[in-house]
Amino acid sequence: MCNAHTHNYDVLILGGGPAGIAAASAAAAPHTSVAIVDENPTLGGQIWRNSFAADVSDPAAHWYQRIQHSPITRLHDLRVFHAPSPGTLQAEAGNGLHTLHYKKLILATGARERFLPFPGWTLPNIMGAGALQNMVKSGLPITGKRIVIAGSGPLLIVVAAYLKKHHARVICICEQAPLRQLLPFAKGVITNTEKLSQALQYRLQLLTVPYRAGWWPAIARGQSQLETITVTDGARRYIIPCDYLACGFHLVPNIELPSLLGCSQSNGFVKVDTTQQTSIPGIYAAGEITGIGGLEKSILEGTIAGYSATGQSTAAQQLSAARSKSLRFASAMQRAFALRPELRRLPAPSTLVCRCEDVPHSHLVSHSSWRSAKLHTRCGMGSCQGRVCGTATEFLYGWPSESVRPPILPVRLQTLAQAEDPASQELSTAI
Amino acid sequence: MPETLTLTVNGQQLQVPSGATVAVALNILGQPCRTSVSGQPRGPLCAMGICYECRVTINGIANRLACQVLCTPGMEVQTIV
Ligand SMILES: Cc1cc2nc3c(=O)[nH]c(=O)nc-3n(C[C@H](O)[C@H](O)[C@H](O)COP(=O)(O)OP(=O)(O)OC[C@H]3O[C@@H](n4cnc5c(N)ncnc54)[C@H](O)[C@@H]3O)c2cc1C
Ligand code: FES
Repeated sequence: MCNAHTHNYDVLILGGGPAGIAAASAAAAPHTSVAIVDENPTLGGQIWRNSFAADVSDPAAHWYQRIQHSPITRLHDLRVFHAPSPGTLQAEAGNGLHTLHYKKLILATGARERFLPFPGWTLPNIMGAGALQNMVKSGLPITGKRIVIAGSGPLLIVVAAYLKKHHARVICICEQAPLRQLLPFAKGVITNTEKLSQALQYRLQLLTVPYRAGWWPAIARGQSQLETITVTDGARRYIIPCDYLACGFHLVPNIELPSLLGCSQSNGFVKVDTTQQTSIPGIYAAGEITGIGGLEKSILEGTIAGYSATGQSTAAQQLSAARSKSLRFASAMQRAFALRPELRRLPAPSTLVCRCEDVPHSHLVSHSSWRSAKLHTRCGMGSCQGRVCGTATEFLYGWPSESVRPPILPVRLQTLAQAEDPASQELSTAI
Repeated sequence: MPETLTLTVNGQQLQVPSGATVAVALNILGQPCRTSVSGQPRGPLCAMGICYECRVTINGIANRLACQVLCTPGMEVQTIV
């Protein structure tokens, strides 16, 4: 075994987004070794990506300061791919295998966008809404580009405002949820002063951008990249010429590692008690993986998890009322942005559902489970390991997701060979 | 003006703002990242390391995720065609 790195911590936090950062801050204490591990080059997760530490006026700066001045080990560029035995995780970095031992584990792996297939959705310049925002944050010039934003969820509005601020021509936002489904959620926002002021700010920034509730993308066309997107409300259709389609259907939790660890789930999210502990004693979960609820919920749950994992139960309990409120907000949001059944009928027979292996809808509809589809069509067998098509097939065909097997991410053969345990040795020879 | 750096994409020199990812560089050029198994051009979908649509060869190493790698001066990027 060469190039293997071993680390030991009292509290290990997986995920360097707001939930993980808040957990680390709460857990930090003089005689407790705390580490936070993330696959990205910097901490910050999805929302604070690239802004963490960069801009002091950003709300992220407060948390950056707290992390900076606490005895917390930050492990960047480390992708956790396996949990070979209780108390141990394995991760891959540029320099090979890292073995992480922990007494308490806080899972804060966040969420990703849900992508759903429709004719033409594989054309270049169609990407997630958060994805296009990430590209612009990473230097993509967007001035004057014509952009349609479609799909579902509050992220569409956040991204529209961001792109507009960067001088893009945002043509419209198409939210698949009908207005009557959104109204109860909007009323909830109005009774929450902080959320209302956020909503009003977005409204002001987006005054000239139409928000069409009950509209969704139907067909994308283009030669080598996107040229037009057809949007529909089920009765009417408009063809809109554009340079980018920013399209994501709300968020789905990154549940692979909690699943591998055996944490119980409910409705696809990690189940936790009021202390954020999962069904496995000593393993906690916080943020989007326990329910999509946005920044405040992630920070709150991360803080509770950090306190609970280090025995600060009074401090954790003091946050219980705020926790209940944020859970109510998260479930209202889940109801508001529930997917409409018409989206199941979007793929044409030739529309690819699995983008890694190019498996069309027509090859999949006749199967009764993902296992059968995998065996016969290679759907879900490509590099993304079903992260994109798995959420789509669950919605389109009602196939429940399958049990997760290690490695949960593609890793290099050398890394697997370095892994000591027999299971990983088997894997390295099997691939 | 933001600082820029120069890299090579499929033999062509390109200036990008420093801090740009390889996926951004390719998108500025209007080039796809890879060709799918049935021959379709593909670009980034998730921009967060989930979908693997942005696989390219960087400095001779295949299958790097363009959305996760920052451009560096003199870097050589080859798209899979
Ligand atoms: C693309 C995208 C853009 C978004 N943009 C915004 C926005 O602009 N504004 C907003 O309010 N909300 C945004 N959101 C919603 C966002 O989910 C929440 O606001 C918030 O960031 C959630 O915090 P979190 O800590 O729960 O998760 P995240 O911020 O998602 O953090 C989880 C972290 O864990 C890491 N991770 C996961 N698995 C592993 C592993 N196996 N090994 C190593 N590291 C791992 C991830 O890379 C990530 O850095 C966005 C979501 C997405 C998917
Ligand atoms: S764009 Fe999805 S992995 Fe890079």
